[in-house]
Amino acid sequence: MVQNQARPISPHLMQYKWGVHMITSIVHRITGFILATAGMMTLVWWLAAIAGGVESYATFHTFAVMASEDATGWQIASNWFFRLVAFAVTYAFFQHFYSGLRHLVMDMGAGFELKSNRMWSQIVFVAAFLTTAAIALLVATRYMGT
Amino acid sequence: MGSGTGIGKVRGLGSSKHGGKHWIDQRITAVGNILLTIWFAISLILLPNFEYETLAAWLSQPSVAVPLMLMLVCIFSHVRLGLQVLIEDYVHDEGLKFGTLILLNFYVVTAAAFGIFSIAKIAFTGAQV
Repeated sequence: MVQNQARPISPHLMQYKWGVHMITSIVHRITGFILATAGMMTLVWWLAAIAGGVESYATFHTFAVMASEDATGWQIASNWFFRLVAFAVTYAFFQHFYSGLRHLVMDMGAGFELKSNRMWSQIVFVAAFLTTAAIALLVATRYMGT
Repeated sequence: MGSGTGIGKVRGLGSSKHGGKHWIDQRITAVGNILLTIWFAISLILLPNFEYETLAAWLSQPSVAVPLMLMLVCIFSHVRLGLQVLIEDYVHDEGLKFGTLILLNFYVVTAAAFGIFSIAKIAFTGAQV
């Protein structure tokens, strides 16, 4: 297909002074991508593993959650990989969730004043960080170790 | 793009009368996702443990299987709309863009079907010990 490369383009990202609202915006996209791929693939794998019966769920558990005492190196590496995925997906979920709520408010035409726009952008990050920390603490106390 | 008739000039250039549909659908699925993921997260926290028997018994209830299927449909619809925008914004080559959009559609439909089938299997056949 023909593309006219000489068409004028609008000033791009680097022309602007970065503000927190711009970071919130791009992070909304990045976290959406993480949830859509890593998050949903793991969720569907989890459901399929349960549907497959007790042995297939045990396989999921061995690789994604916690390998047994005589675990191979690959299984331990896989466990750590999925712990990282779980942490990233949990943060991505809350970041995208709060950021999405902010978008729904802005869709109604509210929150565009410079100060409040800046404030709510920052609150999204703080709220996502705190909720992720709370979930991590809950998982650590309830399901890992003593 | 034709140069003759009026319809030939505008065909393929975008919407007429339903231009806001993508945007509106993104918001409808967003609101659906808020409700369904809150339900899902709270349900997971309230489960006594994550043993196979517990999960299979939980998932085989209609009051769990149906919302969970709805959650997959809602999320994957939202994924389709959202990633479509990402692709349109960041993949500039027309051919590559078209191919990536096809892959996206294959991904969301296949993953949603696989997930819904899994839930249905648990709901209809119960725990497989």
